[in-house]
Amino acid sequence: MLKEMSPKKWIAASSIHLFFWAFTVASLIPFILVFMVSISSEDSIMQNGYSLFPSQISFAAYQFLFHDFSEIAKAYGVTILTTVVGTIVSLLITSLFAYPLSRPELPFRRTISFYIFFTMLFGGGMVPWYITYVNMFDLKNTIFAMIIPNLLLSAFNVLLMRSFFASTIPESVIESATIDGASELKIFFKIVVPLSLPIMATIGLFNTLSYWNDWYNCMLFIDKPELYNIQYLMTKTLTNIQYLLMKSNSSAQVGDLLATMPRETVRMALAIVGIAPLLFAYPFFQKYYISGITTGAVKG
Amino acid sequence: MRDTSSLRKRLKKYKWLLIMTFPGIVYLFINNYIPIYGVILAFKNYNYVDGIWGSEWTGFDNFKFLFNSQDAYIITRNTFLYNIVFIVLNLVLAVLVALLINEIKDKAISRFYQSTFLLPHIISMVVVAYLVYSFLNVDSGLVNKLLIKWFGAEAISWYGEPKYWPYILVIVNGWKNVGYLSIIYFASIIGIDKEYYEAAKIDGASKWKQMTRITIPLILPVITTMTLLAVSGILRSDFGLFYQVPMNTGALIPTTNTIDTFVYRAMIQSGDIGMSTAAGFYQSAVCLVLILTANSAVRRINKRDALF
Repeated sequence: MLKEMSPKKWIAASSIHLFFWAFTVASLIPFILVFMVSISSEDSIMQNGYSLFPSQISFAAYQFLFHDFSEIAKAYGVTILTTVVGTIVSLLITSLFAYPLSRPELPFRRTISFYIFFTMLFGGGMVPWYITYVNMFDLKNTIFAMIIPNLLLSAFNVLLMRSFFASTIPESVIESATIDGASELKIFFKIVVPLSLPIMATIGLFNTLSYWNDWYNCMLFIDKPELYNIQYLMTKTLTNIQYLLMKSNSSAQVGDLLATMPRETVRMALAIVGIAPLLFAYPFFQKYYISGITTGAVKG
Repeated sequence: MRDTSSLRKRLKKYKWLLIMTFPGIVYLFINNYIPIYGVILAFKNYNYVDGIWGSEWTGFDNFKFLFNSQDAYIITRNTFLYNIVFIVLNLVLAVLVALLINEIKDKAISRFYQSTFLLPHIISMVVVAYLVYSFLNVDSGLVNKLLIKWFGAEAISWYGEPKYWPYILVIVNGWKNVGYLSIIYFASIIGIDKEYYEAAKIDGASKWKQMTRITIPLILPVITTMTLLAVSGILRSDFGLFYQVPMNTGALIPTTNTIDTFVYRAMIQSGDIGMSTAAGFYQSAVCLVLILTANSAVRRINKRDALF
């Protein structure tokens, strides 16, 4: 195909691809570097530093991590639990909120829309928000603190879903169902939801990612190490590698372990263990993610 | 009389629709509206024993204390300048990338590029902090190793030198967000009617002319909306970027402290509830004024591009 082009066009086309290859490499190289460090031997790091081409390959870091996997497994348990519960509840509340707003007959429709929109314009800030949850609702050190505050409902997602419902659910379908005597709840669950699977998938994916990636709520509300999620365990370990050891071992053991553990590589191996699920899942969901962003851009 | 009775009828008829909205309304009330009321803390000297209600009123003391310190100026300056650079640089790069993706005719390749550029956007700032650390770590980080090997330079203590961080954070922010933004712009480029380009080709317009005279003017509404949103958040910052990526290092605070990190540190580390609420309120209030001003300015130029 390239042969048919004039030289000028050929240069233009190849420089575009060159530009994109540079961009692709820049996007991927940090991940590759972290992976390569995680499979380097500690000696080669000591001698040559981090390198994209490790001089000596070793899986000692992973052996170290998997030797006592309970901390990581616990943190993953918290992450998975909050992600699953949060995503499901969030999807339910968001769609229940968005659907009535897409119906022109809804009483107080403009008032409720403004009520939602206003939260995007103004807020009380982090401190009163934090105090509300800690003092009024006692969420500190509970699993709910990683599900409810901020993450459970996004005003933007409600508005996104509302425009989807308004533009894709034919009024005639709802009308005829009403005439047949179906209740509003039945119409919603039996007709609207099955017709709205694309937007459900998109918002569900957005929710899943924000729960999976959350460390902010965990940092603010959780002091108990057994409730840390994987992101926050990674945060703690980045600044202090001893963190991984301190909880499950006595102080004498910690000294021994510290002396023998491959410090630099363990840190990067933890990073890989922490992002692996997302990276493996990415090829399967990227299509939906891209189309989600696209609908947001066009409709929002 | 008739109005209220017809409203009552409608309320009865659409009772279930209203009930469906309750969980969402209650949630926003708790998560967003109670904290707005909590802003009164900015005018009080809060202590845990007396709580929100019982703590004594102090008027504008918290604001006076905040604005008399150096901090208010530094965090406002940092937040503002970082955002200006982010907005301009990310806009230019993202539109450029979007225009170039549009030139790739092979759908599969174009998809491959898009999904790779988006990868940095889906990972958390914690992971980003790890990635940055692998480059900048003093003893064994890749950058220092290459500096020594290729340039014979001395190792730089990246996490000890605040002066490099404006550049580092701009690069990290661009790395994480340009791909995402470019997909938004690309989506609006595909939406352009192909006939414009065919007509332009018949008139002999070059590719460059087509980009500057057709594509950019036609995606201008999206550019305006995105920029409007960004400008209205000019005093907000991505907490993770400024807290996680510098690894909360004390030495880096002069160039990495923004309003959001300041509020967090004032609350958690100094326990100064009143002053940190005041700082947060200052941020929210300025943002509200900005978005209203920016929106009405855009409204005056072109009503359709305004947000509301």
